[in-house]
Amino acid sequence: MGIFFSFSMIIALVVIAFAGVQLANMQFIFGVVIPYAAIATFLIGVGFRVYKWGRSPVPFRIPTTCGQQKSLPWIKHSRFENPDSTFDVVVRMALEVFLFRTLFRNLKAETREGRVAYGSDKWLWLAGLALHVTFFVVLLRHLRFFMEPVPFFVNLTDSLDGFMQVGTPHLLITGVVLLLAAVYLFFRRISIPQVRYISLPADYFPLFLIMSIAISGILMRYFTKVDLVRIKALTMGLVTIGPVETDGIGAIFFVHIFLISILLAYFPFSKLMHMGGVFLSPTRNMANNSRIKRHINPWNYPVKVHTYEEYEEEFRDKMKSVGLPLEKE
Amino acid sequence: MNLNDLLLEKRSAILQKWFDLIIETYPEETAKFLKSQKNQFSNPVGHTILEGIEEIFNEVLGEPDPEKVAIYLDSIIRIRAIQEFSPSKALSFLFLLKKVIRAEVINETPEYHMLEELSVIESRIDDLVNISFDIYMQCREKIYELKANEVKNWTYRLLKKTNMVKEYKAEC
Amino acid sequence: MAKTTQPAKPEELSKIDYTPPATDWLETPVEFKPGTYCHGSRIKYLEEVGFPNPREWAPSDEDWKLPANWKDIILEGMKERLGKYRSFQLFMDICVRCGACADKCHFYIGSGDPKNMPVLRAELMRSVYRKYFTTGGKLFGKQAGARELTEAVLKEWWYYFYQCTECRRCSVFCPYGIDQAEITMMGRELLNLVGGQTDWIGGPVANCYKKGNHLGLEPHAITSNIDYLLDDIEEISGIRPEPSFNRKGAEILFVAPSGDLFGDPGTYTAMGYLMLFHEIGLDYTWSTYASEGGNFGFFTSMEMAKRLNYKIYAEAKRLGVKWIIGGECGHMWRVLNQYMDTWNGPADFMVEPVSPITGTKFENAKGTKMVHITEFTADLIKNGKLKLDPSRNDHLNVTFHDSCNTARGMGIFEEPRYIIKNVCNNFHEMPEDTIREKTFCCGSGSGLNAGENMELRMRGGFPKASAVKSVQKKYGVNMLANICAIDRAVLPPLMQYWVPGVSVCGTHELLANALVMTGEKKRTQDLRLEDLPGIEEEGEGEEEENV
Ligand code: SF4
Ligand code: SF4
Repeated sequence: MGIFFSFSMIIALVVIAFAGVQLANMQFIFGVVIPYAAIATFLIGVGFRVYKWGRSPVPFRIPTTCGQQKSLPWIKHSRFENPDSTFDVVVRMALEVFLFRTLFRNLKAETREGRVAYGSDKWLWLAGLALHVTFFVVLLRHLRFFMEPVPFFVNLTDSLDGFMQVGTPHLLITGVVLLLAAVYLFFRRISIPQVRYISLPADYFPLFLIMSIAISGILMRYFTKVDLVRIKALTMGLVTIGPVETDGIGAIFFVHIFLISILLAYFPFSKLMHMGGVFLSPTRNMANNSRIKRHINPWNYPVKVHTYEEYEEEFRDKMKSVGLPLEKE
Repeated sequence: MNLNDLLLEKRSAILQKWFDLIIETYPEETAKFLKSQKNQFSNPVGHTILEGIEEIFNEVLGEPDPEKVAIYLDSIIRIRAIQEFSPSKALSFLFLLKKVIRAEVINETPEYHMLEELSVIESRIDDLVNISFDIYMQCREKIYELKANEVKNWTYRLLKKTNMVKEYKAEC
Repeated sequence: MAKTTQPAKPEELSKIDYTPPATDWLETPVEFKPGTYCHGSRIKYLEEVGFPNPREWAPSDEDWKLPANWKDIILEGMKERLGKYRSFQLFMDICVRCGACADKCHFYIGSGDPKNMPVLRAELMRSVYRKYFTTGGKLFGKQAGARELTEAVLKEWWYYFYQCTECRRCSVFCPYGIDQAEITMMGRELLNLVGGQTDWIGGPVANCYKKGNHLGLEPHAITSNIDYLLDDIEEISGIRPEPSFNRKGAEILFVAPSGDLFGDPGTYTAMGYLMLFHEIGLDYTWSTYASEGGNFGFFTSMEMAKRLNYKIYAEAKRLGVKWIIGGECGHMWRVLNQYMDTWNGPADFMVEPVSPITGTKFENAKGTKMVHITEFTADLIKNGKLKLDPSRNDHLNVTFHDSCNTARGMGIFEEPRYIIKNVCNNFHEMPEDTIREKTFCCGSGSGLNAGENMELRMRGGFPKASAVKSVQKKYGVNMLANICAIDRAVLPPLMQYWVPGVSVCGTHELLANALVMTGEKKRTQDLRLEDLPGIEEEGEGEEEENV
């Protein structure tokens, strides 16, 4: 079972980190060696993946058109659904990347009691967007651990994020939303029969990973308070490739950073690469202008054809009999 | 209380059970989809079945009007006739209604007159089965006709007026 | 459940058919169910164009007579294509199995078979990709969703890649634009490497290659068949157009799907073209050599498609025309729009298309020099060049079906609607989720329009038929217009089965019905030679347009 398999993997990972630090005192391994290795894997892996994609050519211009083409001037052209210029393509992509335009399309007209009501299946869109946006904000917030002085926009994000002003330290809403979104996506995955049927361990694993990262982060911030000054010293040491001090930091921190390392290292080998894929997808990032401008296929090669001459050769008599013009009488 | 009233009272529960049983005649994965989607256009199969059984049920409770009931039987049978069911399986859905009704009646510790009424209703359902045989055969015959016509259609005008085409599709 | 002849024991009838619990899809073997698949291709068809592994075979055979090294051929083929198509490489990698596409496929909706969900159709191939081309798949096997390529898997590919009409509806809803049509095309290319062709596709391809069109109509058959259409036109209107064939020096080459020349109701559309061009006095020619706009090669391999498509530009060049008009056809226009120029261009021997009647420049076709006939006609109407009497279509209550290819591979939505609204008084749209870019497929595209798989076609077409049925109920629609030759061939049986009472027509049939030709006699018949009801005064159909 995919769920069980993935879940036990996560538990195992947590246990490894916890035991490694608590019992074996491998703070240095978990706090320094593994993060470095993970970052290296991430960078090289992602670079290689993108290189591999970029290397395979785009022989044909195959955008999926989702609106009226540009044709006669008096027909309203649906620019961003069926772009014909680079600018329009950029807008289409931006709508896709920032607003998840396509998932938003996932409208469903429902018939209830005979009346057609346009309800919609926007939950996937909402949860997907929430997950990605909060993930990004959380990342941004974490820059405070890697920069000295802390840049203003990071502080700004922090204070916006904590606008609810509850508890000390202030509750940061994004972390919670991130967790909730991941939980929702998980339940969606197991509760919609079709989606459960298609799900692989590789679909549950990242969700569990993100959940456990969020949980360990939340625990650290609000419950088992860790020594932030020491952590910052450690993380600064990591970015500056300077000396790193691992003493006096709670085990939970190492669990957190270990899980993140796993995420980073796993990233290039997994579907998480969809991030880069959005930008490269030929059905989305191309203009529908192949009737205006010739698209070049780098590996276009000559093929065997049946020429007119061969055709006339075969049918000359029949063509003659009905008075069709001929090249050779 | 007479049986009709009882069945009317339990109408929605009966329909739900009947629907579920029909859906279970499909493979499991299919069944889940057919059940979960309520939209007329994204799940026309489930929608048609649901709509059809409501009307059929109404007819069974009253004096069935053969023409009207045939329309709804047709809408369901037409789908099942192309869905990899054997003829008996394709029509089994009507027997499922019997089963559901009987279960409801027995739950109620029926009085004698109810059982009498039950047999009336059951024989109405039997009548529907008879009608359904005809409908099913019509559907299958239509399919065979369409299959046979496929070749003819492509070349209809040619065959009608000339014999010039040397080789046309699927000459077998 | 496969055989309809199996007798059921009496007690089984009232019992529920609890099918065994579904196994994991990776392990559920494919079962060839009658009515869902096409015959295997005949030897001569494959030989004629040089496709590999011609042999006698049937898809339901245990032994497919594959070449001994078939597995290497397929894996090599995959590797080659992963390197040649970014789309293929990317679509193998980035699916997140979110399920947004799952219930968007008409075959899934109509059959409920989970392997008809676009994402699972793709996984059939993706699982093999993982096994042989990714580290995770090599290491973790099934846990990573990977599986061996076996003959059973190959059969499964064949079964399900010939149950996809390459309609791209899934691609509209996928957040990454993953297009199962693209994967299906790759799958069919691979299957073709080992002889996995269907007869219904193989035949037209061979015919088209040698004779210029799918039906294998020889030159004299084409001209005389058009002659018969001219007879009918003369009977209806009193006018006999005089089209030319293979004429050098014509301004325009006209290429139609050959389906319009011989099968009803396509022929009425062809009559429409002939009448329109005659009325405006267009200087154009037909070609018997490039007598096919459609391209069944597109359903086999890119290379074959290119070989067939070659004829259009070659003929334009030989005849020295200035530009080309293309008739009403779906996959033909997907090819013309997205592939032709790349394959066989540049079309620099022609000039930028300008309508000789209105002077309009077709700037959107200035590269390929090929204009869609509805663009051309819409422009004529807009400029008031046609005299139209829409009341001649008053006996029709029309709705319009967007063909998948022109919808999602081109985006031609308004042109045909504009024409229809100008030539018909009664027009009603189908529900919003079933038209335009969300249009449901006819269920028989991409070479699936054979006879033997009729049950499959009826299932796949059911979602569309439901949409038609809803407007039949609501507005009394009795005519389903479209701009696709395959539609004209396959929608009639679909309607006969699901929505009796609805006929099918091309847009130019409606146009020609309404077209008042100079010097015509009083029309008492429509293009189908059926009497026009109440030609004097009628027109009481509701005027409201439902857009
Ligand atoms: S919508 Fe796209 S990403 Fe989601 S399951 Fe379908 S193909 Fe995969
Ligand atoms: S391209 Fe069309 S037929 Fe093929 S999987 Fe997608 S929706 Fe289904």
